[in-house]
Amino acid sequence: MRNPIGPLEFTRRGWVRLWLLAVFVFLYAPIVILVAFSFNQSRRNIVWTGFTTDWYGRALNNASLIEAFTNSIMIALISTVLSVILGGLLALGLYRFRFPGKPVLDGVAALPIVIPEICLGVALLVFYARAGWPTGLPWPLNLSQVIIGHVVFSFPFVAVVVRARMEGFDRSLEEASKDLGASEWQTFWNVTLPYMKTGLIAGALLAMTLSLDDFVITFFTSGPETITFPVKIYSMVRQSVTPEVNAASTILILFTVLLTVIALKFQKPSEGVG
Amino acid sequence: MSNGVPIVRFENIEKSFGSFKAVDGVTLDVPNNSFFALLGPSGCGKTTLLRMLAGFEHPTSGRILIDGEDMAGIPPNKRPVNMVFQSYAVFPHMTVRENVGYGLKVSGVPKSEIAPRVEEAIQMVRLDGFADRKPDKLSGGQRQRVALARALVKKPKLLLLDEPLSALDKKLREDMQLELVRLQQEVGISFVIVTHDQDEALSMADLIAVMNRGKVLQVAPPWDLYEEPNCRFVADFIGEMNLFEGRMLSVDGGHARLDLKGIGLVDVPWDYPATSDVALAVRPEKMRLYREEPELGWVRLPGKVAQVAYFGDNSQVFVETSQAGRVVVLRHNQSRSRDEPYRTGADCWVAFEPTDGIVLSD
Repeated sequence: MRNPIGPLEFTRRGWVRLWLLAVFVFLYAPIVILVAFSFNQSRRNIVWTGFTTDWYGRALNNASLIEAFTNSIMIALISTVLSVILGGLLALGLYRFRFPGKPVLDGVAALPIVIPEICLGVALLVFYARAGWPTGLPWPLNLSQVIIGHVVFSFPFVAVVVRARMEGFDRSLEEASKDLGASEWQTFWNVTLPYMKTGLIAGALLAMTLSLDDFVITFFTSGPETITFPVKIYSMVRQSVTPEVNAASTILILFTVLLTVIALKFQKPSEGVG
Repeated sequence: MSNGVPIVRFENIEKSFGSFKAVDGVTLDVPNNSFFALLGPSGCGKTTLLRMLAGFEHPTSGRILIDGEDMAGIPPNKRPVNMVFQSYAVFPHMTVRENVGYGLKVSGVPKSEIAPRVEEAIQMVRLDGFADRKPDKLSGGQRQRVALARALVKKPKLLLLDEPLSALDKKLREDMQLELVRLQQEVGISFVIVTHDQDEALSMADLIAVMNRGKVLQVAPPWDLYEEPNCRFVADFIGEMNLFEGRMLSVDGGHARLDLKGIGLVDVPWDYPATSDVALAVRPEKMRLYREEPELGWVRLPGKVAQVAYFGDNSQVFVETSQAGRVVVLRHNQSRSRDEPYRTGADCWVAFEPTDGIVLSD
């Protein structure tokens, strides 16, 4: 005998299951196809002609692709670290202090999130030209323009995430710490920062992925000699979409999934509470 | 600690938040080795007073002395007091042992000394066996014990408790009340507790300060506060009270003659100068119920039972009297009989001895 379906047991209804399946197919089918065709023997992404790992070999031997990949990773790492520091401090300042103009700063801080990327890209381009930003610096200093551009649009995301986390913070924890003899600095280090950690990690992940796959702002701010992974793939696609592009993209997907898994490992479940 | 010097002295403390006066001219001593309660309705300034002791608020004017030392300009982490917060504020990412040891660690106590003191404190609050748990694996009562151990391990001169029992259920609250009194006697320092719960204050404290609107109205031991309140607010806030309004007609040799509305002339003991408008306050448990007019020299009022609130061990019987309005009488349920004579609507008499009443002039 089957139990009758309860009012909140949506996943036991047939049409809901069908709908869920459709949503998952819609979301993941393109990615599955991309990965599958990276193992295709044919030069074209249309018909399956047999299994091979040749394209991975080609991608890994493509010096300019590797260079673009290293650039992207470097940019992502540095801009993430800077975004986490800036975003975390902004969130803490907005949470902790009351000062004139706070609502204004609160609004302006989120502006890079809502401004169209193309505008930010143009603005940065104009700014660098106007400021006479040095070009032709040795690696990785030649990436500084892109890094600064990435920090500009990703640190507000960190700030928003950390701020949301701080909303649940019990301020008496800080008072208790001081009451027990800790200085401001000890209190921040031992009590506030461990609480912020979850938000900081989530923010770092966001900043990292935003930086890794950013195209528009990178396109505008990178000099002719610096190429990042998305920009490189774009130029490869313009010539022809070979499975080499698929292989390179699959490596990137693997990389980001790995990052996420590591980040999740860092967050022990018991520390998410309270 | 020197004897004679109070552990805490508030000298004419005022505290304003904008135009709101949270604390309005409080002068108060907390004696050494006492269990002291600050009691009052919410917003009366009791928590502000406590937070000023801990150093989280600064008085707008006035002086605070702890053990004879002026606390002006001394930050919370340099004061010889520790606090148990209303939310307990137990650090969620540390184990019980780390929580208790935190205060010693940040104060630079040598590691070899920390471990035994932490174990001792954990034992004192009876948390042995829980030392390696994180707070989310503890009950509310256990978290409170962590907060207590964490504060007491620092050996403060004074322990502050901000509504420490408000989040516990009734049974646990009663256990913790006894536990706190035991701890206070064991460690031999003064506890200052803030509460809005009069039962809590009466059962635990040696000395209670009743506050309202930023002012201290009366400081007295529990018995005095209950049986000899000095004003209408205290009389009404502590326990239940029946007030009979009237005038004082004359004072003569330790007695006063009152003319109470609806009751008439009553003689009560009175050692003070005559005043005009007064009220006679009588506790519900000092009034008796009768089915017929009793043969007593007491004040007797006929009435009808309007409502009965049943609490198991006793009942509050609200009687609508024809002469003096509604009065409340406490009746102990001494027999298991279902034959309750004082049901809603029953005719009855209320009687009390005038000397059991308290004369209140303001």
